[in-house]
Amino acid sequence: MTGYILKRLLSAIPVLLGITVIVFLIMAMIPGDPATAILGSYATPENVEKLNRELGLDKSLVQQYFIWLGNMLQGDFGTSFALNRPVIDEVLERFNATLILAGTAFLLCSVFGIVAGVISAANQYGAADKAITFVVLLGISIPSFFLGMMMILLFAVNLRAFPVSGMWPIYGDRNLGALISHLTLPAIAMAVVATGVIARLSRSAMLEVLRQDFIRTARAKGVHERGVIWRHALKAAMVSIIPVLGIQAGFVLSGAVYIEIVFQWPGVGRMLVDAILKRDILLVQGGVVFVAACYVLFNIAVDVAQSLLDPRIKT
Amino acid sequence: MKVFLKLLARNRLALAGGIVLMLVVFLVLITPILPLADPDVTNTANRFKLPFSEGAILGTDHLGRDLLSRLLWGTQLSLAVGFAAAIVAATLGATIGIIAGYYGGRTDNVIMRGVDMLMAFPYILLALAIVAALGPGLFNALVAVAAVNVPFFARNIRGITVGIAHKEFVDAARLAGLSDTRIILTEILPNVIPVIVIAMSTTIGWMILETAGLSFLGLGSQPPQADLGSMLGEARSALITNPHTSIVPGVMILIIVMSINLLGDGVRDALDPRLKSGALSRPMAATMVKRDGPVPAATGDGLLELQNLQTQFHVKDRVYRAVGGVSLHVKRGECLGIIGESGSGKSVTALSVMGLVASPPGVISGGAVRYDGEDLIGAPYRRLRDMRGKNVAYIFQDPLATLHPLYRVGEQLIEAIRAHRPIGKEEGQKKAIELLEAVRMPNAAKRISDYPHEMSGGMRQRVGIAMALANDPDIIIADEPTTALDVTVQAQILAMLDDLRRSRGLAIVFITHDFGVVAQLCDRVAVMYAGRIVEEGPTASILDKPTHPYTTRLMACVPQLGEGKRRLEAIPGLPPVVDKLPDGCAFADRCERVQADCRTGEIALERKGDRAVRCLHPVTPLQEAAE
Repeated sequence: MTGYILKRLLSAIPVLLGITVIVFLIMAMIPGDPATAILGSYATPENVEKLNRELGLDKSLVQQYFIWLGNMLQGDFGTSFALNRPVIDEVLERFNATLILAGTAFLLCSVFGIVAGVISAANQYGAADKAITFVVLLGISIPSFFLGMMMILLFAVNLRAFPVSGMWPIYGDRNLGALISHLTLPAIAMAVVATGVIARLSRSAMLEVLRQDFIRTARAKGVHERGVIWRHALKAAMVSIIPVLGIQAGFVLSGAVYIEIVFQWPGVGRMLVDAILKRDILLVQGGVVFVAACYVLFNIAVDVAQSLLDPRIKT
Repeated sequence: MKVFLKLLARNRLALAGGIVLMLVVFLVLITPILPLADPDVTNTANRFKLPFSEGAILGTDHLGRDLLSRLLWGTQLSLAVGFAAAIVAATLGATIGIIAGYYGGRTDNVIMRGVDMLMAFPYILLALAIVAALGPGLFNALVAVAAVNVPFFARNIRGITVGIAHKEFVDAARLAGLSDTRIILTEILPNVIPVIVIAMSTTIGWMILETAGLSFLGLGSQPPQADLGSMLGEARSALITNPHTSIVPGVMILIIVMSINLLGDGVRDALDPRLKSGALSRPMAATMVKRDGPVPAATGDGLLELQNLQTQFHVKDRVYRAVGGVSLHVKRGECLGIIGESGSGKSVTALSVMGLVASPPGVISGGAVRYDGEDLIGAPYRRLRDMRGKNVAYIFQDPLATLHPLYRVGEQLIEAIRAHRPIGKEEGQKKAIELLEAVRMPNAAKRISDYPHEMSGGMRQRVGIAMALANDPDIIIADEPTTALDVTVQAQILAMLDDLRRSRGLAIVFITHDFGVVAQLCDRVAVMYAGRIVEEGPTASILDKPTHPYTTRLMACVPQLGEGKRRLEAIPGLPPVVDKLPDGCAFADRCERVQADCRTGEIALERKGDRAVRCLHPVTPLQEAAE
């Protein structure tokens, strides 16, 4: 198993390098002179030239890339101009908040999506199946930012059941209870789309498995129908559900950008949008590379989980 | 195409989606000629007017602009940008995919590596990076959304192209000296266009959402121009005081995306052949029972008794009579063989006993199955489940498919016991090892922690048998348990089943297509054809003097050791399809002895002594065979 994990980690290296190349190339598309963009159009030529030298922009693209990569490997992602603070510090702090939100949302969508899919499949064409199918369709069609706004309106403003926005109360203790009450609405709003997608996929994966011969064997043994569905069929269906969980994690993470803005959550998504609007290029660059790298590592974890579930995968 | 449209129209939800979408598109198209207020004219005196107020049906926004007008113009912009992004992404993606798939080799490798890298990003990060580089703006947002969707199209289309690039007609074009560009344009492209269209129909909803999202973040359309996303984004600051300005564009996005999704699902379903055949139905816990006729009274013949059992498959408006009135019985300690070609209904007969016929489409439509006199067809599921494995156990054909691939065989054995009585972990382990030893599994103590795929076919079947023995059943129904095994393993398994029967007093119902196996194991044998029994009697007697022409043909299919020169005979023709059985004898069309009267009326199963046959012109007269 350790060998397999090591192998997967090694295979991630070219992907991570590829990500840095892509981000670097996209940033190289910036029209005009980055230094002018940073300093504004009233900057003196001397200042522009000085900044260009500081940023290493007078060197060739290839040299620039390797200097940037080398610095990143040493934990130096540069300094944010707008915030006047090391990019890595800002990203780490923001990513922490995103992780709490996205992690909760991911947990919610995995559990509810799979449970809904299994119930739907077990009652195919029944009332529960139809109801779930309809709700799922609604869920995958609603923009998460609109859903978030409507939830604020209903649950926070009208019913006053949850705070309107933010991660912590402005006054008062930063305890777990406060975090949960702030977390509930955004996490749900973020999870809805992915829940729908996972529920759909789980349903069809379950239907596929339920027709297999080993399900008939389980029934012939006299296993209770509950056991047939939740132990035999679901375990086999998980083989095709788990990879989708990995993909959906990417969508949940993407949804964070919208939800963090709607709910004023101090996460990395909101940071990126602010940085783009302020043309804080180094912060965007560093944030994107960092989050994408985390996502790649997360997908390795998904692969490992898959190999733990399915003994037929050569580890 | 016509069939496809018909199928699509039959799907009411898809139809509704299509109609709503067409309505929205129509509204958007006539927007320029509608008598609407200018969407960009501000009038701060009239700000935040509520819907249905005078002069503004949907009210006004924070700058006093008419919301209806802005909504329609915004919808137009959103749809246009979404479609444009979809077309750009599809064109670029398809081009890349076709090039990679057609040229293959290193080109393919390099391109697909790049595509994989792009797909390693959560999509929004890539879109944000692109917008960051190009600057906010609707056109740049369009570029970003198209760019993040290119890999998806590239990968899909490449897969299809690889499949086509090695087809004969492409090779022929190449041999004819056509250039690669020509081949791609005239041979490949026409074949991938349907796939491109389907991929577009499933992603266009997404692209509309994504562009709306970027605009919502302020990175897309810039004021005063507004698409649905930026309308929602601008309205957000007034969400609490004037929610209608948010709800109007939000609901519009929801309506558009939902109708596109409904339509897309309809398209996908209409193209999926499995949905039509009902192959995606989930089999229920027990076979459906719809018995119209009277339940035959118990006769007390044998431990397990099948009385005029009828099992059908209902597929759409067709009815396949897989089992058309079968009566059989088996006594304690007896082995009954059921023999026939594939499709003769022998497996369905066996599965009907414990309600294991997949349903839908299976339906038990008549007769009775009695265990010790108790009718099981009418029994509730709870009773049936209780008896499965405990009183009547099954052994199935292909043990690789019939054992759960993700559980260790020990766990599966213990589960079989635990389904009927609580058992501790240690005791379970011990019992599992015992069971494996009973079926002569070498190294049983170690083997219980193996997964099925780590075993050989013979060992897997031993596990299958051990599982059937787990609760000391009275009856074992073995459905071609040796068909998937090679000859030596087959002989071992048969010998073992015979031993178990003698030592435990088991009744065995053995289903096979092989008279050699029947001769080795069975006391009595029933020959099935087209869902009915055509001959029945003691094995030795039938082997000695078969009466039904079908039986003689089946016997001729068995190779005999030491008679190497004899030609193995296959039975010419195929068994009839059981949804429209001919009048008279079902075997008539393949029978050498067929005469005119074979094709009319119902031919009864005639009994003399312990022999029975359903034939008007038997090979040996029944009277003679029975003596």
